[in-house]
Amino acid sequence: MLLIKCPYCEEERPELEFRNAGEAHLVRNSSIIEQSDEDFASFLYFRQNPKGLQFERWRHIHGCGRFFNAVRDSVSDKFLTVYKAGEPKPDVEALLAGRVPSDAEPVKRRAPRTKKAEL
Amino acid sequence: MVHSTHSGSNRIAGVGRLTPAKTVRFTFDGQNLTGLEGDTLASALIANGIHLVGRSFKYHRPRGILSAGSEEPNALIDIERDKSRKQPNVRATVQEIYDGLKAKSQNRWPSLTFDIGAINDVFSPMLPAGFYYKTFMWPKFAWKSIYEPKIRAAAGLGVVPGEPDTDRYSNRFAHCDVLVVGAGAAGLAAALSAASTGAQVILCDEQSEVGGALRYETDVKIDGLSGYDWAVATYAKLRGMANVRVLTRTTAFGYYAQNFVSLVERISDHLSRPAAEMPRERLWQVRAKKVVLATGAIERHMVFANNDRPGIMLASAARLFLNQYGVAVGRKVGVYTANDSAYAAAIDLKRAGVDVPVIVDTRDSPSSAVIEEARSLGIDILTGHAVYSAGGKRRVSSISIKPNNGGNERKIVVDALIMSAGWTPSVHLFSQSRGKVAWDAANERFLPGTYAQDCISIGACNGTDNLQSAIDEALVAGGGQTGALAATGGTNWISGMIGSAPGAGANTTVKAFVDFQNDVTAKDVRLAVREGMHSIEHIKRFTTNGMATDQGKTSNLHGLAIAAEALDKPIPAVGLTTFRAPFTPVTFGAIVNHARHDLFDPTRRTPMHAWHEAQGAPFEDVGQWKRAWYYPQAGEDMHAAVNRECVAVRNHAGIFDASTLGKIEVVGPDSAKFLELLYTNPWEKLGVGRCRYGIMLREDGFIYDDGVVGRLAEDRFHVTTTTGGAPRVMHHMEDYLQTEFPHLNVWLTSTTEQWAVIAVQGPKAREIIAPLVEGIDLSNEAMPHMSVREGKICGVPTRLFRMSFTGEAGYEINVPADYGKAVWEAVYEQGKPHGLTPYGTETMHVLRAEKGYIIVGQDTDGTVTPQDAGLTWAIGKNKTDYVGIRGLLRRDLVSDGRKQLVGLKTVDPKVVLEEGAQIVANPNQPVPMTMIGHVTSSYWSENCGRSIALALVIDGTKRLGERLYVPMPNGVIEVEVTGMVFFDEKGERLNG
Repeated sequence: MLLIKCPYCEEERPELEFRNAGEAHLVRNSSIIEQSDEDFASFLYFRQNPKGLQFERWRHIHGCGRFFNAVRDSVSDKFLTVYKAGEPKPDVEALLAGRVPSDAEPVKRRAPRTKKAEL
Repeated sequence: MVHSTHSGSNRIAGVGRLTPAKTVRFTFDGQNLTGLEGDTLASALIANGIHLVGRSFKYHRPRGILSAGSEEPNALIDIERDKSRKQPNVRATVQEIYDGLKAKSQNRWPSLTFDIGAINDVFSPMLPAGFYYKTFMWPKFAWKSIYEPKIRAAAGLGVVPGEPDTDRYSNRFAHCDVLVVGAGAAGLAAALSAASTGAQVILCDEQSEVGGALRYETDVKIDGLSGYDWAVATYAKLRGMANVRVLTRTTAFGYYAQNFVSLVERISDHLSRPAAEMPRERLWQVRAKKVVLATGAIERHMVFANNDRPGIMLASAARLFLNQYGVAVGRKVGVYTANDSAYAAAIDLKRAGVDVPVIVDTRDSPSSAVIEEARSLGIDILTGHAVYSAGGKRRVSSISIKPNNGGNERKIVVDALIMSAGWTPSVHLFSQSRGKVAWDAANERFLPGTYAQDCISIGACNGTDNLQSAIDEALVAGGGQTGALAATGGTNWISGMIGSAPGAGANTTVKAFVDFQNDVTAKDVRLAVREGMHSIEHIKRFTTNGMATDQGKTSNLHGLAIAAEALDKPIPAVGLTTFRAPFTPVTFGAIVNHARHDLFDPTRRTPMHAWHEAQGAPFEDVGQWKRAWYYPQAGEDMHAAVNRECVAVRNHAGIFDASTLGKIEVVGPDSAKFLELLYTNPWEKLGVGRCRYGIMLREDGFIYDDGVVGRLAEDRFHVTTTTGGAPRVMHHMEDYLQTEFPHLNVWLTSTTEQWAVIAVQGPKAREIIAPLVEGIDLSNEAMPHMSVREGKICGVPTRLFRMSFTGEAGYEINVPADYGKAVWEAVYEQGKPHGLTPYGTETMHVLRAEKGYIIVGQDTDGTVTPQDAGLTWAIGKNKTDYVGIRGLLRRDLVSDGRKQLVGLKTVDPKVVLEEGAQIVANPNQPVPMTMIGHVTSSYWSENCGRSIALALVIDGTKRLGERLYVPMPNGVIEVEVTGMVFFDEKGERLNG
């Protein structure tokens, strides 16, 4: 069971209070009805599922009820940071640079694909 | 040597730590035996001269006790307190005896000494590793019906108890600064050091008392005391500290992310008459800032022919039986070793007066003080020799010895053989923590390499081979200042051998067991390699090496070494199988814990529940809710009751508890805008006081939920959801509100539990409620179908909805939950003279099906669009956005060939279809037929005088009037495709 810090409650709470809500930073197009099949398919179905750092959404469902984002290493389950919904993607390089050196196996990072929706 | 016959003929007076006067009576296979308080079942059996305790898994070979700890693969016993408290596969080496303990051997028939299944041993050439993958292939059906059940019955070990477990299990969460796993010398020192800093410390050990190897190491001195005395004194000291919790009989079995470690504490399994309120086990879920692993090492056996004969055991086990329990494992004990540590056992036995005829050492010219000491005691030491085979069947009777460099075989008579191939550091928990092990080539062992969590390994599990070094390491790991602890003596954990011993190598066909519990021999591992298994994961699964309940604690490294040799690869290149939780088997009771019976899941009851109960209504489970199903009158079965209720609603009126419907209050200036985005329907123009049936989609265009939404004010909506859908709809709404449409000024509140809902439906509905309602004009003109008013009923505030899920004119009376039962009773009393009839969920289902109203989740399955369900009218034509709008445009969702919801009428009106039944166009086609749909709802409709059904059928709306077929085991049912409305097609009754 993970300990997760809620950026609204500013406290670490057990995973039981949270619900994972999938990949973060998938932006719903404001004129979605005009989206091409390809873009819509990418928004609806395609996910990064990286081995390593992933941006993901959580909801503090049995707490404050807020949705927020987190950067978690899918190999070690370690959270790099959590941040409020709507805040920009944190600079992972900077976070990693400031991280206490750990002898966990090195994280393979892959440039995240940029979604057209985000451009 | 002096034998004390009180508690077994192999008990040696004056040796061990048990009190001879404290005897305990127990039975084994019905035989009355006596042991001593503090004995394990294993020590008590050996004290009574019993080594044969079970039959092996596959070959039914006689098996004895291999170890004295939790790694035991062989001595699996059935312990029975009473019929419901019966535990199979208990390791005799961890079960403490108590007065009245009833133990039984397993996997034998008719008896332990004569077992029919042992025929498998004779036919073993026909039963090599993986035989069942090849032998039982044909005919295909026979695997499930014949082969597998037979093999399982013949193989399996213990028998599952036949009655539910009546024991209690408890559960605790704990947080600490330092969790120390293992209370041997290293663990105790680390706990002492950590405790000295004031840190919150939890120390746990799987044994009944602390000390680990100190319990049998006779040569250790720590801090001026004997090792054991130091352990006992340290235990007392730790127990006296407020910041330390010491848990004995407690196994750390799982190590998860963020230093979350699960422990199971066995509380009453060792007690003769546990108090009724005492739990059997307690599950500890510990979150530790730091974890110190002091899990020690496990001794390996030697792999040679017939090494599984009862009376052959690990040297350290024999030493523990002697020094702790005062039990000699035999009277003539041979020793077979590849390292120094077995010599200490030989010395202890010899000093206790046991005859030790020989120490056979595979090493050519070993030299150390302990060897000299053994020699000086007059023990015959044969270096450069190997035991080629053990004689005897139900007990070892001799060993055959040969020099490594050739020469003649000799036979030596023994009644026990103790062995040591060396020590395997217990890296199980370290590995579970996702740490990576590293191969120590010099000493042929895996050690903790790269750590993944805030955890540290100390002592033998870390490959620290010298006691003083282990204690120094422990004191540092604890993080405190306790001053140095001087230590001398102790086991030398290094050296030894892995793989098969001489005489059991390649090209031999002897039965030299690697994994005792799963009957895997060295030649099985080699066979796996010959059959093309090159990865250790494949070899493991082909041979089942390490797959038994002991998880290969003694066998993994041997298996790996034999495979590596056969593959001609270095060991690290062959790899190590993954260590997984649990470290030792954990009862389902401990894991399920309180979450059973009433505590398995919350039960939700409506405010009117007691009334339904008093009427004798059976209840239907809908999610966590209990809903009244039907209200049988004297002599009625369900069918009769439902028919009566259905007719009553349409002819007079019915009263129905709809409190379980999900309710969400949507409030704020942008409420209408928000609902426009969440539902397919338009909301902006819905007048205050009016209602609308709404459909909610997922982004992919499929129906997610539905319900009636009432507008109470410009900025306030009362949203209803399906009974089961309420929480996920709330979650879905919050998700969009918080993350996609945060610019909207809207608040969402779940009000499901706040409102009791009483549906009054039928032609007399208005007449019945009118006298009870204040401040609302109920006339058709003032309050038409699909409207909502606020006022009072029976003097309490109400939100009164004019709506219908039956097709009749009707109301849904929402009152604050606390008034639900009182208002229900008042309405019922008022309505009785008008024929008001309570109806349950079954009648509700029939009535709505008569009208073709769908139930989301029954008539839809997450792949149904509004168009498929005949609900195109509910989509706002001019809307440019709502969740699902783009999904609905997907090519597959608008093309032909989709399954559409239609009505079905059986040609024989008396036949009621089965829900879920498949539909075909041509019943004469060959099997497998092309299925074009299935029945989603099907009922007998008393109001229609026939059966009715809804079904999802490919291109269903184009098939109206077509004949289709439902093949069933008893014949084909012919049906006609119809519209979805079976009763009052024009819908005139809604207007009362």
